[in-house]
Amino acid sequence: MSIELRQVSKRFGSVSAVEDVSLTVADGELVALLGPSGGGKTTVLRMIAGLEVPTSGDLLVRGERVNDVPVQKRNIGFVFQSYALFKTMSVFDNIAFGLKIRKTPPAEIQTRVDELLKLFGLDGLGRRLPHQLSGGQRQRVAIARALAPRPSVLLLDEPFGAVDAKIRQELREWLVRLHRELHVTTIFVTHDQEEAMEVSNRIVIFSRGRLEQIGTPREVYEQPKNEFVARFIGVLNVLELTILNGAARLHELSFPAHGLPEGQTLRIGFRPYAVQISRNLQEHPYLAVIRHVYFLGVQLRLELETPSGLILRTRIVKDEFLRQGLEQGSSVSFQIREYRVLSTGANSLSPEVATVHSAATFAEGI
Amino acid sequence: MGLQRNNVLPGFGMTMGYSIVYLSLVVLIPLAGLLIRVSAMSWADFLRVAFSDRALAAYRLTFGASFLAASINAVLGTLMAWVLTRYRFPGRKFIDALVDFPFALPTAVAGLTLANLFSQTGWLGQFLVPLGIRLAYTTGGIVMALTFVSLPFVVRTLQPVLEEFEVELEEAAATLGAGRWCTFRRVVFPALLPALMTGFALAFARAVGEYGSVIFISTNKPYVSEITPQVIMGWLDQFEYANAMAVAVVMLSASFAILITINLLERWASRFQR
Repeated sequence: MSIELRQVSKRFGSVSAVEDVSLTVADGELVALLGPSGGGKTTVLRMIAGLEVPTSGDLLVRGERVNDVPVQKRNIGFVFQSYALFKTMSVFDNIAFGLKIRKTPPAEIQTRVDELLKLFGLDGLGRRLPHQLSGGQRQRVAIARALAPRPSVLLLDEPFGAVDAKIRQELREWLVRLHRELHVTTIFVTHDQEEAMEVSNRIVIFSRGRLEQIGTPREVYEQPKNEFVARFIGVLNVLELTILNGAARLHELSFPAHGLPEGQTLRIGFRPYAVQISRNLQEHPYLAVIRHVYFLGVQLRLELETPSGLILRTRIVKDEFLRQGLEQGSSVSFQIREYRVLSTGANSLSPEVATVHSAATFAEGI
Repeated sequence: MGLQRNNVLPGFGMTMGYSIVYLSLVVLIPLAGLLIRVSAMSWADFLRVAFSDRALAAYRLTFGASFLAASINAVLGTLMAWVLTRYRFPGRKFIDALVDFPFALPTAVAGLTLANLFSQTGWLGQFLVPLGIRLAYTTGGIVMALTFVSLPFVVRTLQPVLEEFEVELEEAAATLGAGRWCTFRRVVFPALLPALMTGFALAFARAVGEYGSVIFISTNKPYVSEITPQVIMGWLDQFEYANAMAVAVVMLSASFAILITINLLERWASRFQR
């Protein structure tokens, strides 16, 4: 079921929640709407559901304008952040709710609900009341309830926000599997970039009501369109350089200047993995001290401090760290293998300008 | 101490002690006195007085009119609570304050006002009586007075529940295809039911005990428009204390039984809560 938003805006009184958003979701996709809270992503989801009406712009489902179609007629499944299970009904009745509304014959309801209970690992819990379930079970009931009437789209608002970290991980994997099995077009909202990267086929990034970028997880990570996206997706080191004597410099660091005029400023960004370190102080051009080590499992995150006081973040696999005999306080040499020019010129802090310039001045490698 | 819980604030012994003493002084001792007084009567005398035709007619009127009044308030009170919690409109605060008016008003004043208003020459009565709507000095008038005095209970018990009610639940029902009425009937109403029953029970209890407003609007004719407290007053006027007590005991037992029943129903209706 393809969904299209054409220049959709939503205002609440004088507050603009969503501005001029256009996007298309193809049949069977699993899409994440990602952004900081207040970014407008939930409003977009609610407009697709029909719980909010766009102030302007068109909402199309399979090419047909549905702006004025009431929520009851849109055939969507919506999972709320709070799950919104009907407390007075058993798990069975919760899941059967949509089917009963559609006047499905009781025998059919029984089969469908039993099938969903099994699929969602809720066998034998049909007679329980919502308050007798764990957080993870409640969430599965909420999704089963949304899916029971076979909606053409499944919409989830912060689906993993309310459960603890371990269950969240399980639920993510489970959602991916579910999507693969049922192949229902799925759109979910999250503020967690890791979750968006791990679960979705495509990510739509919002900030302050505007759409910043749409792309596969890899695209938004490797080719962020602007500084906001680059900073929001993953960890990014950002340096502000000045052109001096034909090179872009900040303290001891220097980068090629691409013929920019003397005195101009330049912002660059690079991922932690682009910073390569070595125990051998002669191997790389710059020196630093490992100021802090964060243990992440197979990988370690390091904070480097250069003699001039710059702080850079890098990652290293644990085996490599141990093989080199590194520890907190070790002196190392490092280099920056690749970076991206985020913006040039005096207006570099304005995100609009950053977008334009970064597209024109992408630079890879040293 | 098995009953004592570890609490940040100490003082279980003192507070529990006061509660029991207070309850005893105010509730249990007077009720026990009533029962002791009645137990001095012979069983036959008790039955004769407590279930005389006149008393039976009064019970029927009292409980029937109270039930009707509480039912009217259950419906209209739900509506009022809904309007007051769901919508923001000018004068909302004022209307909200007005709901408590029947609490504050001496009931005799209420009865007098209502009787005056709906009598043949009253402001409203002069228009209603020619249409055949007689409210003053009829059973309808009694129901109206009881509805008036028990109005705040349903509104006040439902308001907090409605304030807390998650709008997402209604939205969830809508996304599953349920229309407004269906959402109210299947989702909102069952969640309100326990509070509604509490409100109903309180309104009912209040109406059963009402005396002041009813005597002004009722003709107080034995067998026809006499409420139970009136019967009790009648016995007291004749210095037949034991007879008055006998009728009082019946009322007490009936009220108690009804309250317990409603309490059990309410517990059943709130089984979905923790």
